[in-house]
Amino acid sequence: MTLIRILKTILLFEFVKGLIMAIKEMFKKSKTVNYPFEKGPISPRMRGEHALRRYPNGEERCIACKLCEAVCPAQAITIESAERSDGSRKTTRYDIDMLKCIYCGLCQESCPVDAIVQGPNFEFATETREELYYNKQKLLDNGDRWESVLAKNIKLDKPYR
Amino acid sequence: MFEYLQVLGQEVYKILFMLVPILVSVAMVVWLDRRVWGLVQKRKGPNVVGPFGLLQTLADALKYIFKEIIIPASANKAVFILAPIVTMTLALVAWAVIPMSEDFVLSDINVGVLYLFAVSSLGVYGIIMGGWASNSKYPFLGAIRSAAQMVSYEVSIGIIIINVLLCVGSLNLKDIVLAQKELWYVIPLFPMFVIFFISALAETNRPPFDLPEAEAELVAGYQTEYSGMMYAMFWLGEYANILLMCAIGAILFLGGWLPIIDIYPFNLIPAPIWMILKILFLFFLFALVKAIVPRYRYDQLMRLGWKILLPFSLIYLVLTASFLFYFDKLPKGNF
Repeated sequence: MTLIRILKTILLFEFVKGLIMAIKEMFKKSKTVNYPFEKGPISPRMRGEHALRRYPNGEERCIACKLCEAVCPAQAITIESAERSDGSRKTTRYDIDMLKCIYCGLCQESCPVDAIVQGPNFEFATETREELYYNKQKLLDNGDRWESVLAKNIKLDKPYR
Repeated sequence: MFEYLQVLGQEVYKILFMLVPILVSVAMVVWLDRRVWGLVQKRKGPNVVGPFGLLQTLADALKYIFKEIIIPASANKAVFILAPIVTMTLALVAWAVIPMSEDFVLSDINVGVLYLFAVSSLGVYGIIMGGWASNSKYPFLGAIRSAAQMVSYEVSIGIIIINVLLCVGSLNLKDIVLAQKELWYVIPLFPMFVIFFISALAETNRPPFDLPEAEAELVAGYQTEYSGMMYAMFWLGEYANILLMCAIGAILFLGGWLPIIDIYPFNLIPAPIWMILKILFLFFLFALVKAIVPRYRYDQLMRLGWKILLPFSLIYLVLTASFLFYFDKLPKGNF
């Protein structure tokens, strides 16, 4: 046993084995995803950038119940509401501080009308801090931009809710 | 006067003809190193800048040039600035005696091996100066480790070189290569080649012997306080040193610019290309080793150098000498 070990040490057995393995590995296909050009698959549950959705007729879904504001563990959401001329309760202000947000998804879960959702977009890095203080307009625009994907994701995830 | 200028111009031309390709190949070799490393780990390595990412090092160098050079307030300014210059200069100066082919060598001196040995021993000064002048604990520890390591492994490299010199009977690098016309020394002196390779890894601070810059415990070793172009110069010097070690290995053991077999299709390829191929082969091994081995502990490193490699090469030296003496094959030069 020890003799074999000594021989192996002198002949650099493990080292040569390692070299051969390294050369074999070199010819295997690399696992790299060439990121900006290729992207990995994203789950429908992905908790990315927030969006405020609308009904198909263009009416905002949000009813200003402030459940998301209450549940938000990072206190990133600020909502102010008022009665609109037609008597419905709507938000006048809906801000999310994306820097405070921890992307836990509780706002999305708490929302009774599926208004605030977290979409599949994760590429919203900016150059200044101010750009990450999202207001209502920005969130609604996000909703319009991603609506087809958001609707599909909600439908796909429905059986598990 | 005019003649003098002409000679000067010629020499400068020759030096540039050697130096510029070396600097360019250092850049390419850094790319090769990273690429091989990536491939072994099933990554791609740098592949965005230029074709196959070949210009990556150039882009890095540009970044380094535009970065601010920060000199710590407590540093010894003169020595701090001198250290990377010394490292880089010594790494390049050694190339003066490396023969790329029978008549393509800057200075064909009779003590080429001694010159190489002297210059590569001086290389440790750049590191010590950098580590000491930074006046900070990590660079200092890194420099001490590096000095001890390089001194230890230089001894075994010296004895390995004596092995080869015994067979050749000349200190001229050109003679060493020409003596291998029948048989490359890698075959009779194979154990020495292996030990030379290991010692070369230690000498150039490559993994598994990269203790001076062990990033886990020493941040970046002696380079910690350096930034911008000064850091890049350390870096270039290091890779120039690695290439130099590969070149020495190719000359001592792999028959320098000689083709594999001196028959028709092989001896058509020009000599410098053979030399470059051999250097690249050795460098490829360097890069592979970097990808597969974990780092040695400091005491293991010292034990390997002094207790294993040194006695082994000494014993092999005695064996070589007695073999040559017994079979009356000692080189009979013009002593």
